[in-house]
Amino acid sequence: MFDVIVIGGGVIGGLVLRELTKYKLRVCLLEKEHDVCMGASKANSGIVHAGYDASVGSLKAKFNVAGNLMMEGVCAELGVKFRRNGSLVVAFSKEEMETLSALKERGEKNGVSGLEIINQARLREMEKNISDEALGALYAPTGGIVCPYELAIASIGNAMDNGAKLYTDFNVSAIEKTENGYVVKSDDGQEVYAKTIINCAGLYSGKIAKMFGDNDIEVGARKGEYILLDRESGDFVSHTLFFTPTQKGKGILVTQTVDNNILLGPTAEEQEHADTETSANGLSFVIEKASKMTKRPPLFNTITSFAGVRAYSSRHDFIIENSKNAKGVIHCAGIESPGLTASPAIAKYVVEELVSKWVVLESNEAFNGNRKPDYFFKNLSMEEKNEIIKKDPSYGKIVCRCEQVTEGEILRAIRENPPAKDIDGVKRRTRSGMGRCQGGFCQPYVAELIAKEQGIALEEVTKNGKGAYLLTGVTK
Amino acid sequence: MTKTLTCIECPIGCEIEVTLENGKVVSVVGNSCPRGKIYAEAEVVCPKRVVTSTVRAEDGEMIPVKTDRPVRKDAIFEVMEKINATVCKKPVALGDVLVANICDDANLVVTGLIE
Amino acid sequence: MKTNYDLVIIGGGPAGLAAAISAYDNGVKDILILEREEKTGGILNQCIHNGFGLTRFKESLSGPEYAARFIVGVRERNIEVLTKTTVLSLSKDKKITAINTQDGIFTLQAKAVILAMGCRERSRGALNIAGTRPAGIYSAGTAQKYVNIKGYMPGKRVVILGSGDIGLIMARRMTLEGAKVLAVCEIMPYSSGLKRNIAQCLDDFNIPLYLNHTITKIEGDKRVTGVVVSKVDENKKPIAGTEMHFDCDTVLFSVGLIPENELTKGAGIELSHRTRGAVVSQTRETSEEGIFACGNVLQVHDLVDFVSEEAEMAGMYAAKYILDGKQTQNYVNVINGKNVSYVCPQRIDKNLDGNVKLFFRVTNTFKDCTITAKCGDKILMQKKKKIAVPGEMETLMLLKTKLLDVEGDIEVSLEVQND
Repeated sequence: MFDVIVIGGGVIGGLVLRELTKYKLRVCLLEKEHDVCMGASKANSGIVHAGYDASVGSLKAKFNVAGNLMMEGVCAELGVKFRRNGSLVVAFSKEEMETLSALKERGEKNGVSGLEIINQARLREMEKNISDEALGALYAPTGGIVCPYELAIASIGNAMDNGAKLYTDFNVSAIEKTENGYVVKSDDGQEVYAKTIINCAGLYSGKIAKMFGDNDIEVGARKGEYILLDRESGDFVSHTLFFTPTQKGKGILVTQTVDNNILLGPTAEEQEHADTETSANGLSFVIEKASKMTKRPPLFNTITSFAGVRAYSSRHDFIIENSKNAKGVIHCAGIESPGLTASPAIAKYVVEELVSKWVVLESNEAFNGNRKPDYFFKNLSMEEKNEIIKKDPSYGKIVCRCEQVTEGEILRAIRENPPAKDIDGVKRRTRSGMGRCQGGFCQPYVAELIAKEQGIALEEVTKNGKGAYLLTGVTK
Repeated sequence: MTKTLTCIECPIGCEIEVTLENGKVVSVVGNSCPRGKIYAEAEVVCPKRVVTSTVRAEDGEMIPVKTDRPVRKDAIFEVMEKINATVCKKPVALGDVLVANICDDANLVVTGLIE
Repeated sequence: MKTNYDLVIIGGGPAGLAAAISAYDNGVKDILILEREEKTGGILNQCIHNGFGLTRFKESLSGPEYAARFIVGVRERNIEVLTKTTVLSLSKDKKITAINTQDGIFTLQAKAVILAMGCRERSRGALNIAGTRPAGIYSAGTAQKYVNIKGYMPGKRVVILGSGDIGLIMARRMTLEGAKVLAVCEIMPYSSGLKRNIAQCLDDFNIPLYLNHTITKIEGDKRVTGVVVSKVDENKKPIAGTEMHFDCDTVLFSVGLIPENELTKGAGIELSHRTRGAVVSQTRETSEEGIFACGNVLQVHDLVDFVSEEAEMAGMYAAKYILDGKQTQNYVNVINGKNVSYVCPQRIDKNLDGNVKLFFRVTNTFKDCTITAKCGDKILMQKKKKIAVPGEMETLMLLKTKLLDVEGDIEVSLEVQND
């Protein structure tokens, strides 16, 4: 019996879970996939928005600005890469320049500080590869970038280190009322009991809401395709470049990532069934737009293209509220952009303002919000690294040459919370296989480490769970 | 009858025309060295190939192997079956014969420096 | 541990081994080879097929056999080798920072450095092929490692994109080990692999080669379930209505090799955007004094025989540099003319003795053509070719006697006869 069940292991579920472990509560996370962070949180732009986009008075505006202020601190505790690189909304016409003024005004009403409209000369100074057609921009110095999957995984890992329990492969099929709470059932017969349930199921939050009769929560899927460029071209842009929003939408962005790649995208295609296929049209749209924003984007340094599916709600705002029909049930649904930015603020609000109505919050003195220091191996000095290698020689073995990831870091990802179980899990936790060779050199070695650690045969190791086998058997 | 072949003797890959009369080679054109002529004459009568593969050692290591001379092309898969049924005991050294006369007087030999 | 060496060689593959032997035989004995894998030999260890060494040894060797000759050579000379060691960075003043499990992170100082890090394969990601990203997509070299070194099959029904030599070799290799190779697709109108590999790897096993075709979509949620292959027009754009569908569980990519020059770049050494390797003279010295480069890190070779030859030059000149110090140089540039995509070396030091062999590639398939190296109107060397293709590296020997009074750039170009 748990006090609180969180459904959905993305960045919202993860930070809510971690927030709960600050109190003396028995909490768990239910994730339908083989690993956490398998939905929108693993494939989005990784932008920490300043907060000028959302309508004044909306939940988006409120949580965006609050989340932006919290992000740096949360990332520091969790050892997640974050950088306040500043963002630029670029205008290509007089009309768009006017829109920038409106955006600035809106941002100021939302509480965004430091907004500034800059002219062409200044813009060219700030971004050497900006298109010659760009006339000016809205500069938001509080805009930032973060690694979204690191944030989700680290928050879940930290929550687990503080006592939270994780159930993966738990696909919620039914929720029933019990005498003093609910029983959540999975499609393969598992059952978990709790007093309170927090629905953070992303794309599936509408489906979960319906299990409580909350039929007014409608969640749709919107696909976004991206192209990722090698770190070799990492200085192509330094800020996050947005097009000025028009009637037709926001267009794509061109940004540096926290790992110094260049990211182009996303497209925005509403879908009936969530799939993460890329399309020739989608990718050429991204290329076309990126080539409008900047001069000759270094596409020869493309290392991969991918697509993510984001949830959106029919209310065009976040849905963060108690169930209208079931006591002790809280929905976080339709958390579309700027959901990542808002996530720390949403988590705090959900626990302090909503969960507190259903369970008693008593401070957990044992809570430690910091991840262990050796999670930061990459950032250590040569002397500190050598101390670690002396104690654990596996940190002296480079497995992924492109991203310089050591065996020690990979073993830690497999052993520690939340444990990586497959190639993609290791990749998201360590960056092994995320570089320019895309795992060509390191994958066989990583697969062997997983097999050895889990005591399974090499051909049982998967890319990302059941069915995603790497090998079909031995040669002889 | 004229057959056109790509010589596989060296990286140049000469295109060779072989003319046969009553099953006998009467002319070879297009080769740029004597080896090409020998290859072409054999290829139209009885094509042969060196087979390269691996043999699993008892400790699981894969040992690279080859036939030390070409075997009939239509026997390649038979040779592969024999190779796959072979388990080798270490130590083995480069050049060691793992299977004598695996096919057509060719031996299966180790091609790597095994530690 | 010893931290000062006359010569440090980064990479213990065919280039590094040959360079070490050559430097040693030219008088430098204080040499260290740094190799990241457990043993030296590099990619040759997984190239178990034969056909290596015909130029150099006049016999057909397997990859491991070819490597063995150089590994033994290094051993006989007692040249020091540090395996399982990855170089993290290199500086202009020839300081090398490396890491291994025994010594941790450490720095070495060398009088001269030879870069011999080899190359890597272009991945699927670089091609922006639409579709899903399931398991079962491998570069041909990764599949080769699984099959030949690890003893595992990456799949049973295979479509290969790209007709580079590794792709062709793997088509045969997978077939021999029981897989069904359904097709090899090549976006270009010609294969970038050797003709003999088309014959003995595809034709021998009735594996179809589709020229002017590419994969336009990859299907499958968790594991590959199929691909769509389309014909392309002269601009390499897929032609609607030409789609073919293949049910397969595996896609192999053999779509080019890229020199691995991250260390080179980090040291601020000038790189050529044509070769994606360092800009060098005929000594294989880079823009930084005392730092040399050879093998596939300098330019992607078709034949290991040429890698060895180039590495021996680098080794010899590195030894000369260590023993005699810096000499006055007098460079002329070598530039790409008509129908030539790159030339290596990119410059020639006229003060040096000896003929200079130019390595280069042409931009397309040409029949009955003439290749010319000239300086202004003066023809330095000319040769006729029945056929020249981008997949096969060309060479041209410039005689020292002709180089003596050359002033200005040397241009290498190809003209089609009766053009």
